[in-house]
Amino acid sequence: MYLVFSLIMFFIGGSMAMIIRAELFQPGLQFVDPQFYNSMVTVHALVMIFGAVMPAGVGLANWMIPIMIGAPDMALPRMNNMSFWIMPFAFALLLSTLFMDGGGPAGGWTMYPPLVLQTGKAFPFLIFAVHFLGISSIMGAINIIATVFNMRAPGMTLMRMPLFVWTWVITAFLLIASLPVLAGAVTMLLTDKYFGTSFFSAAGGGDPVLFQHIFWFFGHPEVYILALPAFGIISQIIPTFARKPLFGYASMVYATASIAILSFFVWAHHMFTVGLPINGELFFMYATMLIAVPTGVKVFNWIATMWKGAMTFEAPMLFALAFVVLFTIGGFSGLMLGITPVDFQYHDTYFVVAHFHYVLLTGAIFALMASAYYWLPKWTGNMYDEKLGKIHFWASAISANVLFFPQHFLGLAGMPRRIPDYSVQFADFNMISSLGGFAYGISQLLFVYIVVKCVLGGKKATGQVWDGARGLEWTLSSPPPYHSFSKPPKVTKALMEY
Amino acid sequence: MIKVRSIKRTSVLLSLFTLIMFGFGYALVPLYDVFCEVTGLNGKTGRIYNEEAKQLITDNQRLVTIHFDSNINGNLAWKLKADQKFLKVNPGKFYSVTYTVENMINEEIVGQAIPSVSPQIASLYLKKSECFCFRNQVLKPGEQKKLTVRFELDRDLPKGVESLTLSYTFFKAVKDNKKIS
Ligand code: HEM
Ligand SMILES: [Cu+2]
Repeated sequence: MYLVFSLIMFFIGGSMAMIIRAELFQPGLQFVDPQFYNSMVTVHALVMIFGAVMPAGVGLANWMIPIMIGAPDMALPRMNNMSFWIMPFAFALLLSTLFMDGGGPAGGWTMYPPLVLQTGKAFPFLIFAVHFLGISSIMGAINIIATVFNMRAPGMTLMRMPLFVWTWVITAFLLIASLPVLAGAVTMLLTDKYFGTSFFSAAGGGDPVLFQHIFWFFGHPEVYILALPAFGIISQIIPTFARKPLFGYASMVYATASIAILSFFVWAHHMFTVGLPINGELFFMYATMLIAVPTGVKVFNWIATMWKGAMTFEAPMLFALAFVVLFTIGGFSGLMLGITPVDFQYHDTYFVVAHFHYVLLTGAIFALMASAYYWLPKWTGNMYDEKLGKIHFWASAISANVLFFPQHFLGLAGMPRRIPDYSVQFADFNMISSLGGFAYGISQLLFVYIVVKCVLGGKKATGQVWDGARGLEWTLSSPPPYHSFSKPPKVTKALMEY
Repeated sequence: MIKVRSIKRTSVLLSLFTLIMFGFGYALVPLYDVFCEVTGLNGKTGRIYNEEAKQLITDNQRLVTIHFDSNINGNLAWKLKADQKFLKVNPGKFYSVTYTVENMINEEIVGQAIPSVSPQIASLYLKKSECFCFRNQVLKPGEQKKLTVRFELDRDLPKGVESLTLSYTFFKAVKDNKKIS
C-alpha cells in the first residue's frame, strides 16, 4: 500500500519536474507563468520528499522488518493503518491548493518567511498538510522502534540484526527528534499570519532568520532520514551479490549512529550567507566536514565487501553499484558546498540543485529501485523480467547523469535556482539537462510495466531467490505466508552468516 | 510471547519524546533571543540607564564615525530621513541625533522602528538612553515629526572598528508588541 502510494506520488511529482524542465528547455518564458512555475518547484519538492521517498521507506520497513527479525507483524498494526491513511488525505489537501485562487504555495519547500506568508488561500492547507505528514511519519517511526525493541525472535540480538533494520531504527529516532521541531516552526508561521504573533516578523520584534535556524535544525536530519534507509538497503544488497558477508558490520552500525547524531549539529551550512559570525561559520564548516568521515567509512566498507567477491550483476546489484558511485559524487559536491567561502558563490545556484539530486535521485531513489528488484520476487513469488530490469537500469543511470551533471556547470557559471528563465549563455546545458530529464521520465514508465508484469506472473521464485542472500526473510516461501513466524524462529549465528 | 506491556511502554515513552521535541522547537525561540542579546548578533542595539550613564568617562583620543541610514518596509506609506548623514563621536560621551518622518497619506498609521547596527560586533557597544524605537509612533494624516535618539558609544568598543552604521527601518506596527530594545 505504502509502496503503491509512493509510486503514484513519484509520478505526480515527476510530472511536475517535467513541467519544470520543459519550461527550462529554452531561455525565455514559453509554457507556464512564473508564479505557476514557482509553485511547481515547491510542490514537486514536497511531494517527492514527503510523498515518494519517505513513504517508500516506511513501506519497506513495515513489510520487511517483521520478517527480518522474525516477528509475526508490526507491534502496532492499528497505528500503522492510521499513519497510512493520513497520507492520501494530506496530499489531497496539498495538491488541491494548485487549483485555488492565488495558486499553490510558491515560496519554495523551505517555506521561508516573509515570502511564504504571502501565499494566498493555499497557506493554511500547506501548513496542515505538513502537520499531517509529520504526524503520519512519527507514528510510523514509533511503530518501527516498538517492533524492533520488543518483537525480535530469540537469538536475534541487536548486533545480529540486518543493517536495513539498524538503519531504520536510527532513522526512526531522527524522525521523532526532528519532525516535531518542523511542526513547531510551521505552527509559528500559522500564528504569525493569522493570530498576530511575531515570531518571525521584524516589526513585532521577531526575526525571519530564526525560522531558517529552526527549519534547518529539522532540515538537515531530514536529509538523512531520506538517506539512511537507502544505506541500509545497499548494505543488504551488496553482500548478496558479492557472496561475502558485509565488511565491517559493527563499524557500519556505529557510522550510521554517528551520522545521525552529527546531523543535528550542522544545520547552519544551509545558511552560511545570512550573516553568521565568523566563529559560527567555522564551527558549522568543520562539523559538516566531520560528517564526511563516517560517510566515507560506509563507502569504504561497501567497496571492501565487493573486494574479491564472486560478483554477479543482476538489476538490484546494478542499481546498488550506481548508488555507491553517484551518491559519492553527491557527497563530494556536498563537501564543496560545506566550505563556507566557496558556498558564498554556490549558494542558491544550480550547483546546489545538482548536489541534492545526486544524493536524492541517484542516491535515495536508486536505492529504492534496487530494493524493489531485490525483494519483488519475495513479495510476489515471481521473478521479474531481468532483461527489462537491466534496460531500465541503463536507461535510468545514463539519463539521470545527462539530466543532473550539466547542472553542476550551470551552477558554477552562476545560474540561480528557482527562476523560470535564464540568460542565453546557459541555454546549451539547460537543453541537454531537459533532454536527460524527459528520457529519465519516460524510462520510469518501463519500471511500472516491469512491476505489473511481475505481479501478474513470471518464472516462479524459490524461497531463497538469490543464492547469496542471508537472513530470516529468505527462509520463508515466496511470497511469504500471511502469518509468518507466529511461532518465533530460533536465530543462530550461522543463519545470518556465510 | 508478544510483550504487550513493554510495547505499550515503548510507545508511550516515544510519544512523550515527540512532545518534548515539539516543545524544544518553541524553546529555540527564547534561546535564540537570549543568544542574540548576549552576543549582539542580530545587530540590535544596547541600552544604557541613568546610574551607569553618570559614571561615563570620555575618551578624547579616539574618534569613531557613525553613519545614519533609514529605510521603510514594504507597504508603509511613510518617509524617513536622517537629518545628518554622519557624525564623528568620542566614545564615552552622549550625543543626540534626529530623524524626520512623514506620513504620506491621508490616514492615521502606527509604525514601529527597528534598529540595526553594522558591523555586528559593534552593536552592543552602541548604547541608547532614549530612542523613538522604544515605542510605537503614531502619525496623523500628512503629519511630519522629528524623532530623537540619544546614545553613547562604549569605550570598550573593539579597537578595529573605526566606523559603523546605525540603521532604522520603520514597519507597520503589529498588534502584539514584544518589547524591543
Ligand atoms: C557529505 C555529505 C554532505 C554534505 C557535506 C552536504 C552539504 C550541503 C550543503 C553545504 C548544502 C547547502 C548548499 C547551499 O544551499 O548553499 C546542502 C544542501 C542540500 N543537501 Fe547536502 N550535504 C551532504 C549530504 C547530503 C545528503 C546525504 C542529502 C540527502 C539525502 C543531502 C541533501 C541536501 C538537500 C536536499 C539540500 C538542499 C536544500 C535546499 O536548499 O533546498 N545532502 N548540502
Ligand atoms: Cu544539510
